[in-house]
Amino acid sequence: MIAWFSDPTHWTGSDGVFALVIQHLIYSGVALFFACLIGLPIGLYVGHTGRGVVLIAGLANALRSLPSLGLIVLLVILFGPVFTSDMAFIVPSIIVLVLLAVPPIMSGTYAGVAAVDPAAVDAARGMGKRPLDILFDVELPCALPLIFSGLRSATLQIISTATIAAYVSLGGLGRLIIDGRAQNDYYQMAAGAVLVGALALLVDLAIGILSRLTVSPGLTRRL
Amino acid sequence: MITFDAVSKHYRGQTVAVDKLSLTAPSGKLTIFVGPSGCGKTTSLRMVNRLIAPSSGRILLDGEPTDTMDVAVLRRKIGYVIQNAGLFPHRTVAQNIATTARLNGTPKDQALRIAHELLERVGLSSAFANRYPWQLSGGQQQRVGVARALASDPKFMLMDEPFSAVDPVVRGQLQDEFLRLQRDIGKTIIMVTHDIDEALKLGDQVVVLRTGGTLAQVATPQELLARPADDFVADFIGRDRGYRVLGFAEFAKGGVPLGAEPTATLGATPETLRQIATDRWVLVADSMNRPLGWADVDSVKGPLRDGDLNLSGTLAVEGSSLRHVLDAALSSPSGRGVIVGQSGELMGTVTLSHVAEAIEAARTGRMGTQP
Ligand SMILES: Nc1ncnc2c1ncn2[C@@H]1O[C@H](COP(=O)(O)OP(=O)(O)O)[C@@H](O)[C@H]1O
Ligand SMILES: [Mg+2]
Repeated sequence: MIAWFSDPTHWTGSDGVFALVIQHLIYSGVALFFACLIGLPIGLYVGHTGRGVVLIAGLANALRSLPSLGLIVLLVILFGPVFTSDMAFIVPSIIVLVLLAVPPIMSGTYAGVAAVDPAAVDAARGMGKRPLDILFDVELPCALPLIFSGLRSATLQIISTATIAAYVSLGGLGRLIIDGRAQNDYYQMAAGAVLVGALALLVDLAIGILSRLTVSPGLTRRL
Repeated sequence: MITFDAVSKHYRGQTVAVDKLSLTAPSGKLTIFVGPSGCGKTTSLRMVNRLIAPSSGRILLDGEPTDTMDVAVLRRKIGYVIQNAGLFPHRTVAQNIATTARLNGTPKDQALRIAHELLERVGLSSAFANRYPWQLSGGQQQRVGVARALASDPKFMLMDEPFSAVDPVVRGQLQDEFLRLQRDIGKTIIMVTHDIDEALKLGDQVVVLRTGGTLAQVATPQELLARPADDFVADFIGRDRGYRVLGFAEFAKGGVPLGAEPTATLGATPETLRQIATDRWVLVADSMNRPLGWADVDSVKGPLRDGDLNLSGTLAVEGSSLRHVLDAALSSPSGRGVIVGQSGELMGTVTLSHVAEAIEAARTGRMGTQP
């Protein structure tokens, strides 16, 4: 396998490791972006108002139990006639990644807001802060630790599941595994798995650093 | 002035939390709502800043009805302090305090300057400014909560059991400091407590509520102790009413004659002690003439040591209430209560009979002025 990694032709070119990593990151990033766009506001709304708690719990469970690969294939079949280009694979894959990432982000955000000290929120209301100020000055900053933990598990899921999407011809590191399987190139498959793992670790590390920079030491109790 | 005009609150139609409450909390005074748990104190308080909307009736601030005001604008005029402080955990102490000033439009630098000044006022050094709430004890958090309410310099303050969550020693300190603070700032305050002692100690006016949210009595602490309106109030105030009355300032005026008390110092021999003694007990003082304790002449064998002293007697500071003077006399092994000056130096002693006479004189004087 070391031999596989030391062969420079495996790294460069349109299907080299660099290109695949970039592709993988782009798909994952786009999916994470849309998942946040959906999950964060819903989580904030439910946490702030206390309305729809049961609904989002059920929704999260339903989404978690979806079989990712089956759903991707189904969507490809459905979307196939609609799109002509690569979009026929990309759009269904990203939709599934988003569906997968929404529950941890939504639940983390909701749990974070719901766990904010009710006395702090009461004090904020009592001193005359308006609802949106309470949400953005008090509830959101205090919920950040749990929001970040939701974000981390969503990101890990996206990065690992994006690998499966290579099955329906999506680019990214999954190509090494799927193509390696087709060519019985086990070194290439193993290399793909290692790379996905390493990428997941690195991205997790990056989110960890981001959370350190944004979460108040008053919450982490770290000085 | 905060006026309740026939204010009622029904939860979900059935529970009557507050029932046609009418009263006035006078300007610049501390009004205390007291009563058993569940009698509607918190509900009444929170209707003032409309965290709870009254079911009927009106509340007026300086004569202005609150039901037509924008709630956020209304709340910004009123300082709000709650039991567990409710500090913002992600903000430093200074940022927490500055919040109310910022809400009222004070520029950031100025708000932080105010925050630093207020820290000192509530008895915390400015070293606390950049700490986070988790680094503070409960009592310190509560002080910051008070400072935060004061930062916008509101005319009115609402305080819900502000000193209940801390241990009794800290509670006593916080109460004393708060009384001193209120003497300077003279806010119009409504404070809620379930602790009748706290109500009697702090209140200019005490509002006693009974279960079901009805008014039982509105009175000064003295009146409440002297003339409870009915059995409920009398029961609620509890035993020791007569003794507690002695704690009020009017009983400080009747002076008790001070007797001169000879003193010995540590190291005195049994012979010296016997020469000084007027009876079995000799008061021992340090080189600054501050009382240390009583020595029993009959049991001292060698030169007088720390361990020989009886420390049971309490000291009453000159000018304090008859409650303290009486306690000093009752607790002293010699039966003579020790009175000290402001810096702890011995002024003299009082006898139980002189204290009793002073109480009698004060009592008849007070009763004489009442019909
Ligand atoms: N949100 C609520 N819904 C229903 N009943 C309530 C609510 N808040 C308080 N109550 C009831 O109203 C009464 C007064 O409560 P409260 O004002 O909190 O009393 P206190 O502060 O004197 O202990 C109690 O019987 C309590 O159970
Ligand atoms: Mg209460």
